[in-house]
Amino acid sequence: MDHTSTFEKALRGVLITLVLIFFLFPILWIFLMSFQTNETILRIPPSLVFTPIFDNYWALVTGELRTAAGSLQLDFMKNLWNSVLLSVCSVALSLLFGVPAAYAFARFKFRLGEDIAFTLLSFRFAPPLLVLLPLSLYFKSLGLTNTYVGLIWVYQLICLPLILWIVRGYFEDISPDIEYAYRISGNSWWKTFLKISLPLARPGIAAAGLLAFIFAWNNFVFALILASADKQPVTVGALAFVTASGIQYGQIAAAIILSITPTLLLALYAQRYLVEGLSMGAVKG
Amino acid sequence: MTAAAHTHQPVKQSRFMRRALPYILSLPALLMCIGILIPFFTAVYYSLLRYRMNLPAMKGFIWFDNYLNFFTDPKFWNTVYISLVYAALTVGLELALGLGIALLLQRPSRFNNVVSILLLLPLMTAPALAALMWKLMTHPDFGILSYLLTLVGITDFKWASDPKTALLTVLLVDMWVYTPFIMILLLAGLRSLPKAPFEAAALDGVPRSFVFFRITLPMLMPYIITATLFRLLDSIQQFDIIYAMTQGGPGDKLLVFQVQAYLDFFQSTNVGRSAALMIILWAITYALSNVFIKQWLKLRERAHGAA
Repeated sequence: MDHTSTFEKALRGVLITLVLIFFLFPILWIFLMSFQTNETILRIPPSLVFTPIFDNYWALVTGELRTAAGSLQLDFMKNLWNSVLLSVCSVALSLLFGVPAAYAFARFKFRLGEDIAFTLLSFRFAPPLLVLLPLSLYFKSLGLTNTYVGLIWVYQLICLPLILWIVRGYFEDISPDIEYAYRISGNSWWKTFLKISLPLARPGIAAAGLLAFIFAWNNFVFALILASADKQPVTVGALAFVTASGIQYGQIAAAIILSITPTLLLALYAQRYLVEGLSMGAVKG
Repeated sequence: MTAAAHTHQPVKQSRFMRRALPYILSLPALLMCIGILIPFFTAVYYSLLRYRMNLPAMKGFIWFDNYLNFFTDPKFWNTVYISLVYAALTVGLELALGLGIALLLQRPSRFNNVVSILLLLPLMTAPALAALMWKLMTHPDFGILSYLLTLVGITDFKWASDPKTALLTVLLVDMWVYTPFIMILLLAGLRSLPKAPFEAAALDGVPRSFVFFRITLPMLMPYIITATLFRLLDSIQQFDIIYAMTQGGPGDKLLVFQVQAYLDFFQSTNVGRSAALMIILWAITYALSNVFIKQWLKLRERAHGAA
């Protein structure tokens, strides 16, 4: 609009600045904390002037944390590795099973088709503790408590519906005529799927995979209930930092920064797809 | 599928294969997930039991007693009350703030796009970790927010550890994480609205408040409803932020459904009560999700139909 006044422009600028401060300041502040000693963190008044140190990160890498009472063994790198393992495996598994299913729901009208699709979707909205608490008892008797296999199975329960419904939308956007044209030249259904349908839906599959990875990484409650310390991802591991007494604050901050960096970088990388993914295809980005 | 498409069927495929293919493709996914129904039905069964892990001898089938006991249980009504207040406040505030920000960033300039991308960062932060970040910022000894409050003369503000301000503190964290969700949905909605009505209104010199309430808001309504229901579904089940921040405390101030069920199960080892509580929450979310899915499908159809 051409008739925006200077006053309005200024007001808009002030408001956007306030919004940016509210949403970005916490990340920035924790980031700064992670490069400080306890002494500079505890200064009053707080100051932005300090000599950055890398000891906090180094302590996390070596697993030797400094506390008020001396040194404490806490293998945070293991938590980080668990997060990577659980997220990557559950997303890979969900893609393997979810993409063919998404194709089936997009291309064929078949009996029970929509019922299956909606049943899978309904898992996304049920309260996790409803099933997790009985599941913890089953896992105990099956020997699956605190195993990667058990955890990955639970993790893929949130990844698969997400992938299914996002990728389905992408398949639906591809005209079936392209597939027919390829099949008329004598190619099998399977070859058509691999050579035509999959490559065409690749951006959607990549977006769904990245988003599912972020959701898996950020999950907290599954591992809180089904895993003990050596299998826990960063979300649960970092909580132990806060409850364990006397760990230096800079080390807690460094652990948080290490835990959130992967998802933040992925989000910036994939931001083009996030809008459509987050709304599961209801809104075009 | 039309008859013409069938006669052009290029490679001969057996009738059986053609009919079986969709099932072959989709059943593995279903089989991977269907196992979750076992603990679901177990939860239903547990909710009908007197089942305390510390008193195994008393275990027995009691029909709906767990549910009936809720009626006279002030703890239960506290849980219902806190959960509803939490969901209503978070979703209401996030909707207002998210809509405001979306309107600020509506024009697709380079600067606005960069801002909207930066605002995604809190949404991509694990809620449990976000709670820890705010815990560090509201720490009584060195928390920057506590310090900033002392500058304006408020000392002794205890944030999450004070019953009076605990709800406010977790609300702030929830808003920090989830407002961007509503914002990006509404922003995408705003930018997809047809231009013609706005141009016509500008030509006629219609006041902007009129344009907002009579054109923008009604046209944006499907997006607002979808975003609200989506958030409501998650918010009534909030666990991560509250558990990481205060584990439901101080006292019973933040004992929402899932936190209460967690404590019932692991602290009081009252499996029956915990399961009954979760079944009630499930019934609420199931009803909500049915409304939501209808709304979501409508919007989804529109988004993909227009493409």
